[in-house]
Amino acid sequence: MKNSYDVIVVGAGPGGSITAKTCAEAGLDVLLIEKRQEIGDPVRCAEGVGKEGLKRHIEPDNRWIAAEVKGSKILAPDGTEIKMSEEASSGKAGYTLERKVFDRALAQQAAMAGTEVMVKTRAIGLLRNNGMVRGINAMYMGETHEIRANIVIGADGVESKVGRWGGIDTSLKPGDIDTCAQFLVTNIDAGDYSKFYLGEIYTPGGYVWVFPKGKNTANVGLGILGSKAGNTRPISLLHKFIETYLPHAKILEMVVGGVPVSGPIKKTVTDGLMLVGDAARQSDPLTGGGIINAMDAGKMAGEVCIKAKEKGDYSAKTLKEYEDKWRATIGKELSKSLLVKNMLLKLSDEQLNQLAHSLEGVDTSKMALQKVLPILFKKNPRILWELRTLFV
Amino acid sequence: MSVNVNRYKCGYCGACVGVCPVGALELVETWIEVDNTCTSCGVCAKICPVGALVVVK
Repeated sequence: MKNSYDVIVVGAGPGGSITAKTCAEAGLDVLLIEKRQEIGDPVRCAEGVGKEGLKRHIEPDNRWIAAEVKGSKILAPDGTEIKMSEEASSGKAGYTLERKVFDRALAQQAAMAGTEVMVKTRAIGLLRNNGMVRGINAMYMGETHEIRANIVIGADGVESKVGRWGGIDTSLKPGDIDTCAQFLVTNIDAGDYSKFYLGEIYTPGGYVWVFPKGKNTANVGLGILGSKAGNTRPISLLHKFIETYLPHAKILEMVVGGVPVSGPIKKTVTDGLMLVGDAARQSDPLTGGGIINAMDAGKMAGEVCIKAKEKGDYSAKTLKEYEDKWRATIGKELSKSLLVKNMLLKLSDEQLNQLAHSLEGVDTSKMALQKVLPILFKKNPRILWELRTLFV
Repeated sequence: MSVNVNRYKCGYCGACVGVCPVGALELVETWIEVDNTCTSCGVCAKICPVGALVVVK
């Protein structure tokens, strides 16, 4: 470790590693720190990604692909299935990843590009000079170190502190977070679609997912909006779901976590500081997916770091280009997803069944959700009236 | 004022850290640290996926 860098990235998840790699490839001096001693572990993720999004950043590699999926199936409370696929031509829309291997592969790429990586190293505060963020205080093996940098990237996940230290309030309200539990189970027929179960009958105030990780294994998880959690814990609801719908399932691993579902937050940059990924609350409020958004944002943030270095200006004015860019792309999608999510939460099981039945005779199997939604709206304007702004 | 974390239940996911309005919590490796700014508001206990947090008034 040196005592000064161009860029320090806090957090070696997909967002952090892509930011670091992007900067390092352009010759910037980059330090990537991870507070855990192992990158990628423990997992806090359902591990599903779309193929196209992934390929923007890394060539798919069997070492970290657990399964390929054809698309998604949404299951209505009465069991009616809606089949969808983002990638109509190939018939294979996505992957379920092995995050423990994937995250390390991304960090490795950052390292090979020239990034210095430090594990078991935790940011404990920011350094400042004339109001600018100018580095971090870090703790490694019980000792604190001052490390200077022109830009600090907070890619420190749902529990992000970097933004708060920089004066950006990223605290999530109970209605802005999905509280989730997941088991990796085996001894089931995992199928070749990612499945989402919607409705009170499966779980109140949330949804259940089943993401195949092989022929007989899958990530089976459940998320509920924090504000709707009451006294029931996701872990107990998940046990109940598995007993009812997958009685032969055997549990191999337990995963818990919180997913930001706030939609775009007001501010993600300040002088000498940018937030990326879950730390910037860039996960999708509808699907809970955050990997691709984090990587896309990481790329954007990295490119802005390069420009800032060229200009020699690291003020919020320069870094705001990152914020404008992600807001115009990722941000727009987040807002749409938030609208749909809020709508779905209000629907009764009966209404969800009605929606599913209205698609009878329509082949949605080669359509993405963005194409299915307008059809649903056309057929059920009354139920879905709140979504009208999406289609004008 | 504080919260007790049952470390035998805690899955060290950090969700509680993300919702703490005053930043009193921190996830370090496999445990949660609570500092003295905790106001016992209970938001963390409400969203914990496994119910590992109990508010102390």
